[in-house]
Amino acid sequence: MKIIRFQLNGKWVEVEIEENMTLLDLLRRKLHITSVKRGCERGECGVCTVLLDDKPVYSCLTPALKAEGRSVITVEYLSKNGKLHPIQEAFIKSGAVQCGFCTPAFILTTYALLKENKNPSEEDIKRFFDGIICRCTGYVKIIEAVKIASELCNQS
Amino acid sequence: MALFYQIPKLNYHKPKNLNEALKLLKELGDAKPIAGGTDLMVDMKIGRVKTRNLIDISDLREIRKIEFHKDSIIIGAAVTLQEIINNERIRREIPILVEAAENLGSWQIRNVATIGGNICNASPAADMAPPLLILNSKLKLSSINGDRVIPLEKFFKGPRQTELMVDELLTEIIVPRESCNAGMKFIKIGRRRAHTLSIVAVAVAVRTMEDKIEYVRIALNSIAPTPIRAYKTEEELIGSRVNEVEGKVKKLIEEIKPISDVRSSAEYRREMAVKITIDALKMSIENWRCKEK
Ligand SMILES: Cc1cc2nc3c(=O)[nH]c(=O)nc-3n(C[C@H](O)[C@H](O)[C@H](O)COP(=O)(O)OP(=O)(O)OC[C@H]3O[C@@H](n4cnc5c(N)ncnc54)[C@H](O)[C@@H]3O)c2cc1C
Ligand code: FES
Ligand code: FES
Repeated sequence: MKIIRFQLNGKWVEVEIEENMTLLDLLRRKLHITSVKRGCERGECGVCTVLLDDKPVYSCLTPALKAEGRSVITVEYLSKNGKLHPIQEAFIKSGAVQCGFCTPAFILTTYALLKENKNPSEEDIKRFFDGIICRCTGYVKIIEAVKIASELCNQS
Repeated sequence: MALFYQIPKLNYHKPKNLNEALKLLKELGDAKPIAGGTDLMVDMKIGRVKTRNLIDISDLREIRKIEFHKDSIIIGAAVTLQEIINNERIRREIPILVEAAENLGSWQIRNVATIGGNICNASPAADMAPPLLILNSKLKLSSINGDRVIPLEKFFKGPRQTELMVDELLTEIIVPRESCNAGMKFIKIGRRRAHTLSIVAVAVAVRTMEDKIEYVRIALNSIAPTPIRAYKTEEELIGSRVNEVEGKVKKLIEEIKPISDVRSSAEYRREMAVKITIDALKMSIENWRCKEK
């Protein structure tokens, strides 16, 4: 067992964990953040995506101890005081959510992408989203959502 | 709760510097270095790799640097693929590394996966191997007792088998500057365009003089137990005219040994290997002509 200290959605937390634990299990089982989904568990599907120091990573392939001293962001971080983030508004507006299983991963990846590139082209969006699978939407609405999100974020 | 994938109990070590990491590696004896973990975590989950000790090397400053020297460019083993893609000087001076990195895995993978991990994992399908092979790269292997430098060709021993001793780390990838002076091209074929392992990939480097090939390097992955240089085809091509390339590359079939697996049949691999090698050669020749102007 080891004690790990890291910033979760902007707040420092301290947890005692097994050293073989993945970041996925730390978030879901220890901290009950179930927006981070368990899918393939081997880096193929992307639904376990979180932001580690603002970069999207697969939490299923990340040893929990890699988060020590760093920032972990999940989709809970985005809405403030009951108000949704423009990216979340955009996903609703374009109908980019069906079953919703992939949605937290896509929203977090959009958040990270728009931080690096305020006006991503369709090609950029496809390239940066190559690591998440959606089995419902056919991606068209998701790509549309990112375009709307970039407009909304640039306005505000 | 029973989970499908469970990594067995282990100790997770986070050494503060390279020296401490090398010492631990020696003392523990059975430890595995972990960089991005994108190969190792899967291997531990499915039980292909068993270890009681992990040594996290991903934050070691000594192996996270990229240095541009007069005769060589040195890339630390723990540099991530995304860092290679984002590095403007690498993009300018060794664009083929960026091409290969951009086609590896997904953004989530590239953010943590390291160039050293790709080489040390020694998969027959390693995508950074063909470009590094045609660049005549050398590897610096370090242990607490000292360093040694070997050519990359000598590193791969078989699928997932390398020249590394249990107490050694790959610390630096050394790319000689003179190898960068060529026309180059990387082509990868997979079952889909993104986020997939290669069915076959090729990297080519060429210099021509008066319409004749005077320097050529060809390396492929996924068509032999390890990534390989196509020495015989290279020999065949030296001195030939640019318009003879297509016929000469047919010989490549004699030196590759593809197998059938979940991604492709051996026949398809064989045909595509020849096809993309011809394409890559033609594009490299074109790139060289642009460079010479
Ligand atoms: C979904 C998915 C898609 C992928 N797609 C591709 C792809 O398209 N192309 C491709 O080539 N690969 C692909 N990979 C494989 C993997 O991502 C790459 O090989 C990656 O570069 C490995 O780097 P890493 O830092 O994550 O290695 P790790 O998993 O940390 O390590 C891999 C192995 O190398 C050893 N090691 C690591 N660094 C060192 C060092 N410095 N010295 C000594 N030993 C070391 C480790 O002990 C381990 O045995 C994919 C993997 C996944 C899960
Ligand atoms: S659960 Fe992590 S990528 Fe599928
Ligand atoms: S909305 Fe169902 S998987 Fe994407």
